[in-house]
Amino acid sequence: MNDAVFPAGSAFETASEASGPTINLADVLQQVAEHKGCGTEGGGTKPSCGSSDGPADMAPEIWEKVKNHPCYSEEAHHHYARMHVAVAPACNIQCNYCNRKYDCANESRPGVVSERLTPEQAAKKVLAVASTIPQMTVLGIAGPGDPLANPDKTFETFRRISEVAPDIKLCLSTNGLALPDWVDEIAKYKVDHVTITINMVDPEVGQHIYPWIFWNNKRVTGIEAARIITERQMLGLEMLTERGILAKINSVMIPGINDHHLAEVNRAVKSRGAFLHNIMPLISAPEHGTVFGLNGQRGPTAQELKALQDACEGDMNMMRHCRQCRADAVGLLGEDRSAEFSTDKIMAMEVNYDAEGRKAYQQAVESERQAKVAAREEELAGLDAAADISLLVAVATKGHGVINEHFGHAKEFQVYELTSSGAKFVGHRRVDLYCQGGFGEEDSLDTIITAINDCHAVFVAKIGGCPKADLTAAGIEPVDQYAHEYIEASALIWFKDYLARVASGEITHVARGDAAIRQGALTSAA
Amino acid sequence: MAFKIIASQCTNCTACEALCPNQAISEKGSTFVIDPALCTECIGHFDDPQCVAICPVDNTCVIDAAQPRYQP
Repeated sequence: MNDAVFPAGSAFETASEASGPTINLADVLQQVAEHKGCGTEGGGTKPSCGSSDGPADMAPEIWEKVKNHPCYSEEAHHHYARMHVAVAPACNIQCNYCNRKYDCANESRPGVVSERLTPEQAAKKVLAVASTIPQMTVLGIAGPGDPLANPDKTFETFRRISEVAPDIKLCLSTNGLALPDWVDEIAKYKVDHVTITINMVDPEVGQHIYPWIFWNNKRVTGIEAARIITERQMLGLEMLTERGILAKINSVMIPGINDHHLAEVNRAVKSRGAFLHNIMPLISAPEHGTVFGLNGQRGPTAQELKALQDACEGDMNMMRHCRQCRADAVGLLGEDRSAEFSTDKIMAMEVNYDAEGRKAYQQAVESERQAKVAAREEELAGLDAAADISLLVAVATKGHGVINEHFGHAKEFQVYELTSSGAKFVGHRRVDLYCQGGFGEEDSLDTIITAINDCHAVFVAKIGGCPKADLTAAGIEPVDQYAHEYIEASALIWFKDYLARVASGEITHVARGDAAIRQGALTSAA
Repeated sequence: MAFKIIASQCTNCTACEALCPNQAISEKGSTFVIDPALCTECIGHFDDPQCVAICPVDNTCVIDAAQPRYQP
C-alpha cells in the first residue's frame, strides 16, 4: 500500500454565525438549527416559533441540506461529524501553498500520513465510521488532489455510498478547473454541497498563486493559467447555482498577494449565488517545502484574518469554524479520529449499519440544541451595560456546545466575541497539547498564551494551579466555574459580571493584543 | 528514448497513469513506473509528454538516456 504523504485538495468546513442589518441567512440558519421547530419573522434575526420545516425565508429543501452539515453550519459543527475519503490523489493545477512531494501545507493539516483508498475501500470505511459515530452525517471527497481530476474514482465512490448509506450527505471540494464538465454528474449523484477554492478573480493576482495548470493536454502558466482558472471557476459556480446545488467558497488569505483583493472575490462569488464564504489563513512554513513556505511568505495574524472576515460579512455569510482539515479526516471538526479507521482496521471490522440508531441519536441532538439556545436566550437581557465594550473569550470544548474540556487537554480553543448583542462564535485556535507527559510544559503554555493572546478570558472544565497563575499573569482570566455548562449562556453570565466589575471600578477594561495563528502540525492525542 | 519516473520523487498521485495515451504507466510497489517498450514520448498523440506536463514534482518524469530514441 502506498505510504506517501498526501496533500489535501481543499478544506471543507463551513459555518454560519453572523448578524447584519439585512437578511442574513447564516444567522437565520444558526438560530433555526438551534431552535428546531422555530422559524423567523421577516428578515430579522429574532427567532419565533412557527414552521417546523425551517425558517420562513428559507426554502425547506435548503434547510434540509444544511441543518446537520457541520461545515455549512457553525452551530451544527458542535454536534455533527464529517469524514473525508482520500480516493482522489491526482490534481490538475499547482498552487504555491501546496507541495505534493511531502504534504499540502494549506488545505490539509500537514505532517500526517494518509492512505489512498479505492472506491470500494472508501464505501466500507464510510459504513464503518457511520456505525461507530452516529453523529457522522456528511461524507466529503476533498482530494488529496482534486476530486474532479479523478472523476471515475470520485463518482464511483459516491455511487457506492449512496447505495449503502442513502442518509449520508455527499459533498466535494474542488479547485474548479474541471467543474463545468462535471456539474451534471454532481447533480445526478445528489451531491448537494460543493466547495470551490477561489483565491482570486483577477489573473494579475492569480499568477502569483498558481504557477501552472494542466489544460487541454498542455501545461499552461502565468496570467493565461490564472485567466482560465477564473473563467472556469465562475462558470462552474453559476452552473451550480442554476441547479440549486449549494456552493461554499474557500479562499486562502495570503498577505500582500490577495488579502485586499478577497473583498472583490467575495462580491464576485456572492453575485453568482455562492451560499457561504470561508476565508482561511495561509499556512506557510519552510518545512512544508511549498513555494510560499520557502520564499518566506507569511500567513495572516488572527486579528488580520478576523478583520477581513468582519469586512466581508456585511456582503455574505462567513464561515469561521473551518479547521482546514486533511483529505482523510474523520470526526467532529475539532477532532481527528482517522487513526481508528485505517484500511487494515476497517477491513477487519464487523459493520452493522444502524439507520434507526443514527436517527434516534440525531433526534436527541436536536433536543440538546433547543436546550442550549433557550439557555442563551435567557442570558441576553442585561447586556446593554456593555455599550461599546467588545471582547473575545476562548473556550475549551469537546463538542455539544458545552465547556467540557480540561485546559491541559485542549487541542484547540473556540473563540467567542462578546458584545452588547450577545455571544458570537468568531473562530478557533489550534494549540499543541499542553499535557504531554511532564516535559516541555512551559513551552506549550507559551504556545497557548500566544494563540489566545487576544482573549480576555479562557473558559475550561478544569485547570491546574500553575497554568492558572501564568494565564492570570498574562492578562487572561482562567474561568472554571462553568464546567459542563453551555458555552454561550456561561460566557454571557461571565460577561455581565465582567461589566459589573468594570462599572464598580474593581477592574479596568483594556484592549488585548493580537494572536498568532498556529502554523505547525496538530499533534494527535491518540 | 522513453521517459522514466524518478522513484524517490514520485508522490504516487496517479495523475500520469490516467493520462498516458499508451497505457505505459503502472503502479509498482509504492511508486509508478513507465514501461519503455510502450512509451512513445506522446509523439503522434500530444504536443507535450503528458506525464511531464501533469507531474506535480518537477524533474520527476525525465528522458531515460538508457533507452533508444522512440521512432514513430
